[in-house]
Amino acid sequence: MPVPEQHEFFIDPNRCIGCKACVQACSECDTHKGVSMIQLDYVERSHSTQTVPVVCMHCDSPTCAEVCPADAIKKTEDGVVQSARKPRCIACNNCVLACPFGIPKMLDDQALMMKCDMCYDRTSVGKKPMCATVCPSGALTFGTREEIEKLRPRSRPLNRFQFGQQTISTKVNMMVPRDTPTEQLDVTESMHEPNQPRTVRLAVMDDALFEPATG
Amino acid sequence: MASQPDKLLMTIERYGPHLAFAEGMRLDSGVEPDRTVKTHCCFCGQQCGIQLKAKDTPSGGEIIGFEPWTEFPFNKGMLCPKGAKRYLQQAHPDRLTSALRRDSAAEAGFSSMPYDQAIQRTADSIQRIQTEHGNDAFAVLTGASLTSEKTYLMGKFARVCLKTANIDYNGRLCMVSAAAGNKKAFGVDRAANPWSDIIGTDVVWISGANVAECAPITTDYVWQAREQGAKVIVVDPRITPIARTCDLFMPIKPGRDIALFNGILHIMIEHDWLDHEFIGNHTVGFDALAEHVQQWTPQRTAEVTGIAERLIHQAAEWWGTASTSFLMHARGIEHHTHGVQNVLGAINIVLASGRIGRPNCGYGTITGQGNGQGGREHGQKCDQLPGGRDVEDPEARRYIADVWKIKEEDMPHKGVDAYEIFRKIDKGEIKGLLSICFNPKVSLPDNSFIAHCLEKLDFYVAIDFFLNETARYADIVLPGSLHEEDEGVVCQLEGRVIKINKVIDPPGDATQDWRIIQDIAAALGRTHGMTFRNPREMFEELRIASKGGIVDYSGITWEKIERQFGVFWPCYSEDPDGHPIDHPGTPRLFEPDSWNPVANGAGPFYFPDGKARFNVAPYTDPAEVTDDEYPLILTTGRVVSQFLSGTQTRRIGPLVEQYPEPRTEMHPRLAEQLGVVDGDWVTTESRRGSATLRAMVVNTIRPDTVFIPYHWAGPKSANQLTISAQDPISKIPEYKVCAVRVKKADSPPQYASELEAQQ
Repeated sequence: MPVPEQHEFFIDPNRCIGCKACVQACSECDTHKGVSMIQLDYVERSHSTQTVPVVCMHCDSPTCAEVCPADAIKKTEDGVVQSARKPRCIACNNCVLACPFGIPKMLDDQALMMKCDMCYDRTSVGKKPMCATVCPSGALTFGTREEIEKLRPRSRPLNRFQFGQQTISTKVNMMVPRDTPTEQLDVTESMHEPNQPRTVRLAVMDDALFEPATG
Repeated sequence: MASQPDKLLMTIERYGPHLAFAEGMRLDSGVEPDRTVKTHCCFCGQQCGIQLKAKDTPSGGEIIGFEPWTEFPFNKGMLCPKGAKRYLQQAHPDRLTSALRRDSAAEAGFSSMPYDQAIQRTADSIQRIQTEHGNDAFAVLTGASLTSEKTYLMGKFARVCLKTANIDYNGRLCMVSAAAGNKKAFGVDRAANPWSDIIGTDVVWISGANVAECAPITTDYVWQAREQGAKVIVVDPRITPIARTCDLFMPIKPGRDIALFNGILHIMIEHDWLDHEFIGNHTVGFDALAEHVQQWTPQRTAEVTGIAERLIHQAAEWWGTASTSFLMHARGIEHHTHGVQNVLGAINIVLASGRIGRPNCGYGTITGQGNGQGGREHGQKCDQLPGGRDVEDPEARRYIADVWKIKEEDMPHKGVDAYEIFRKIDKGEIKGLLSICFNPKVSLPDNSFIAHCLEKLDFYVAIDFFLNETARYADIVLPGSLHEEDEGVVCQLEGRVIKINKVIDPPGDATQDWRIIQDIAAALGRTHGMTFRNPREMFEELRIASKGGIVDYSGITWEKIERQFGVFWPCYSEDPDGHPIDHPGTPRLFEPDSWNPVANGAGPFYFPDGKARFNVAPYTDPAEVTDDEYPLILTTGRVVSQFLSGTQTRRIGPLVEQYPEPRTEMHPRLAEQLGVVDGDWVTTESRRGSATLRAMVVNTIRPDTVFIPYHWAGPKSANQLTISAQDPISKIPEYKVCAVRVKKADSPPQYASELEAQQ
């Protein structure tokens, strides 16, 4: 049974309290018992208690699968990107290096890439993923878009991400402030870049103004 | 003679704490459980619903994992890391499966002995001590993680079987300031509202509660309130995770909460942000309080609390002008020599606002222990009988004596609090001790004094499932039961009575705690009233014993609990005229037309006139203020992956890995003065002891304060440093403030090369 199409995953770092209930519960999932597939880290503990949980974003065009030379990583029809298939995986690490979100893990002892599979054993039988069930702060949520929009009037889901020239759309959403436009920041757009002749003039002025004092 | 084995490292080697990780069946996804049992978490006061999966084996069975219980309305499947890994405490290598006796010839200091012999030796020792020194020379220490049936039994055991006045419990370190404050102001001691009232409020005020780490599921209620427009105010010396994104953070200097509440009320009065109708009709004592808080100008409040004046104004304005609100507090304001006054200060600003007893108008303390609420209701406190009755109230004594079928004059009077029990041991007045569900060597302040007292005991028997740090001093250790090995009720932080269900049998000679207690009674030849055949029989007697009291459980049945996902007390079996009723329970206290047995219709509060009390709550300094010698404030608390004294959580591998050892939190400004960088070994010294731990340099704490979590034992224990000064009313110790000095350590401590992180 596929994961119901209307059910989506939402990450809301604003709500995260860093408790690691997700990390601890993830390793109880049947498809990868004993190994957690969630990363949860402080951004900079010396300055803040801000933490961010990271699950697989389940890209529409998964980079991990695109770079896999052994064709070991498959996306099921319901949009869930699965862990590498054991008979095919050659443990080359391409996926680990290429994923823009840093998700795949190489289990060296098994020579196998494993990653969050959105608790396929649970979601494919109508349950929520383990992490999104136990999360006590609602930082990880699994449900319909209608539900989340009703419950979170301050924020909205975003599932398109820009990495350089690569645009990635994902099955997993990141909650962002509802009323603030999402801007792709490009440093050159925010720079003051005078045109060439003016630059020359300014340089002359600069030289005149900031000549080191003598004597 | 109780003393710790001199071969401590050998004792640790044999009895732990060692770490358990999932292995065998617990890692095998092909294993189907034989049963999945709906029960609750064994840790904090929220008591999240959880389903445990058990697999029977020839050797007795194992809990192989958990499944979220999404239907349980409080947590809807949510858990914290402790809940997710609690199952690893079962089938643990450190588990005590036989009785132990101290044995200096044994390598690890203890030898196994037959259970019956251990019971008999315990009974003989009790008999000897009581014959030689009187009944009160034998004391009982209990805990608030026991089911309410067991707490009821422990109170009855002490008073009917042992006839000792000296029984008290570890809620003395936890809930008593809130309890005393609530009784003084409301006449009843319970959170006034279900947590669902948090969602939809204008303002959520959180004072001294590290909600995200100590009551993680409450976070979702707070965040959901904020989604719907609530402003969140957090008062704490540290920017805890719940404070990180709050609307107003007030970094209070530890121990100054009553000054803040008085200052807030001062501004509310100045701007007339008061509910005059409510104050006039439903309260007494406002005028005296108003006069008292005149001195608490914003400027003075800022000077005492260390909070910027503009923030105090902002908080008062938001609180004063709100239409609905919910105020929560926890140990942060309660663990003080003026903990009761702090609580009264909080209640004063609630009552002045008139926002109580209605939907979205709430107040409550966040209980700490699993049965932090229920454990303080049915008679294991030194001054209390079942039903929240006062042990010195003649009518209460007569009623309970009737239920227990004893003479009123044979019932002991008020005993002393848990810390005073140790002082009486030191003075030689108490010679023998039985402890259950309590690890005072780790959890009581100034714990080198506790060790000294334990060594003075003639006889000490500890009941536990692991050899906790205090039990290492015992003459006899009796192997008790885990939470998942017995059944009974607990009352969680909302006042909702819920049912713990048995999942699995105890291993070996380990047995249910109530059986052990009754076996001791039988060996003493004092079986009167100590012949319950199961927890249900105890619950049925508890219902009768609580009937007519403030904490009335008489209308609660185990079946009603299951049907309703818990029952909020009071739940009456009869209406005010004495006719039998099917009462649903009372989720929200103090509703305008509500009835209670004290007011009897006069009003919603539990006083004869039905009115709530304002209490003048004067500010006093903490017992120990900083000076040139000890210039810093030490405050203590918890981390999310550990629980209380760590007897259970320091044995669960994944939880220990999450935060292995205590660290000394300090601000970079302080670290710079001390020449310390993150990760350095630092020694924190107080007048009572010292602890060398690694520094954690973060700008999320006041620069005049250092923080150490208290879950660890021995040389890592924060309670080597804390002060045993207590609140004069509640007798809670001042864990949250003492004076210390900190310096960079010359070398790593000795334990760093000898002990594992959790030991």
